[in-house]
Amino acid sequence: MIKIVKYILLDILRNKIVLAYTLFLLAISFTVFSLEDSVQKGLLSLLNLILFIVPLVSIIFSTIYIYNSSEFIELLLSQPIKRRSIWLSLFIGLASALSISFLIGAGIPVMLYCTSATGLMMVLMGVLISIIFVSIAMLATVKTRDKAKGIGIAIMLWLYFSLVFDGLVLFLLFQFADYPLEKPMIAITALNPLDLGRIMILLKMDVSALMGYTGAIFKDFFGTQKGFVVSIFIMLLWICLPLFYSLRKFNRKDL
Amino acid sequence: MIEAININKSFGKLQVLKDISFSSGVGECIALIGPNGCGKTTLIKCLLGMVVPDSGGFTFKGEDIAKGSAYRSLIGYMPQIGRYPENMKIGQVMDMLTDIRQKHHGLDEDLIGAFQLKKLYNKRMGTLSGGTMQKVSASIAFLFRPEVLILDEPTAGLDPIASEILKEKILLEKQNGKLFLITSHILSELDDLVSHIVYMQDGHIIFYKAIDALKTEVGETKLAKAVAHFMNNKTA
Repeated sequence: MIKIVKYILLDILRNKIVLAYTLFLLAISFTVFSLEDSVQKGLLSLLNLILFIVPLVSIIFSTIYIYNSSEFIELLLSQPIKRRSIWLSLFIGLASALSISFLIGAGIPVMLYCTSATGLMMVLMGVLISIIFVSIAMLATVKTRDKAKGIGIAIMLWLYFSLVFDGLVLFLLFQFADYPLEKPMIAITALNPLDLGRIMILLKMDVSALMGYTGAIFKDFFGTQKGFVVSIFIMLLWICLPLFYSLRKFNRKDL
Repeated sequence: MIEAININKSFGKLQVLKDISFSSGVGECIALIGPNGCGKTTLIKCLLGMVVPDSGGFTFKGEDIAKGSAYRSLIGYMPQIGRYPENMKIGQVMDMLTDIRQKHHGLDEDLIGAFQLKKLYNKRMGTLSGGTMQKVSASIAFLFRPEVLILDEPTAGLDPIASEILKEKILLEKQNGKLFLITSHILSELDDLVSHIVYMQDGHIIFYKAIDALKTEVGETKLAKAVAHFMNNKTA
């Protein structure tokens, strides 16, 4: 399996898009940090950019890459290799390539300008979000054979997680403004890894006061050691569940 | 060596394989023939584990193929239309396969030599013509000295010289006691190669016979005529 991962990684590197993505992240990070006068502000701007770009690139690149590897998958399937190894190798290859480029592209500038708990949290969340969206892409591709449809689903999923979900939450909040929704909000947050990541980073920045009463509740929950462990666990679930579900589907898929 | 047990497979509403059962032994050279869309390729893909049957399954040397993938190290497969990673070079594909199979010596490079593929090792798979692609597929199928060879329309797209080379290779390996499973529409070409005939139609196996038995049964010496005779009698 390590060998297959090696070939996939080599192929991804040859493809140069990941390289361009790394350079792009590097460029934005350095620009943002040199534009803003305080590091905290820079980090906040970078956070918003990263939460927008990282999931988009991860999910679209992975989806297209998996569709384009159909020949590779077919070739390997006629060899003495388990289906599980092929699928997991694809996942490991994509996840590690995208994580490494995030670590280089955003991790290095963040560490240079701001080696605080906030910076570390941001790098950790960025890596987790990269991997989560690879996993979601694997699910989107295994469900449909049609490439255009698969990429469409991937874009829809990205829209959902970065825009639609927040809209729905706002809608809920306004509709049920008379009820105490602060505690359920914690549970609702778990339904979107991007929001979870954002909250984890914001809480480290001590700007939670800006979020009002909900912010205080969030701080109470996510700010603690327990809250941190729980949210990391939820992020890991977001990686594992789509991946295992897609693996089950792939094991029964006709190629 | 290979046994199929009550295989059923549907794609949506279309039932492609209907209760297929047969068994074949060492040294047989089986021609799988039948009209287009009768399920030949699907049956082969089931044997390779690329298509998962709805019910039933294959056993390879007595072991259920759904249980593992190790059996595929004994199979060489030449697909009808080779599909390879487009930006890999021929040489890289060969190296990758030997690397993954962890078999670096005792490789059978006869076909690579005969097709003069070494000269093309730096060409990318995406730029190859259909015939060259077939040559690569054939070379890969024989490369690891497998005990079973599955060739799906091996000579389609090959020029006469190349298909002659391939046929000679098949004859040679047949004498070495390997099990062959060949699908083809060109019956005249199979005449001197095969020992058994499997005739499929609409997802059923109509007959599985030794070729000599078939010929004497219908009193024809040419395979094409024998099969045609049999089919006419069937439909009449």
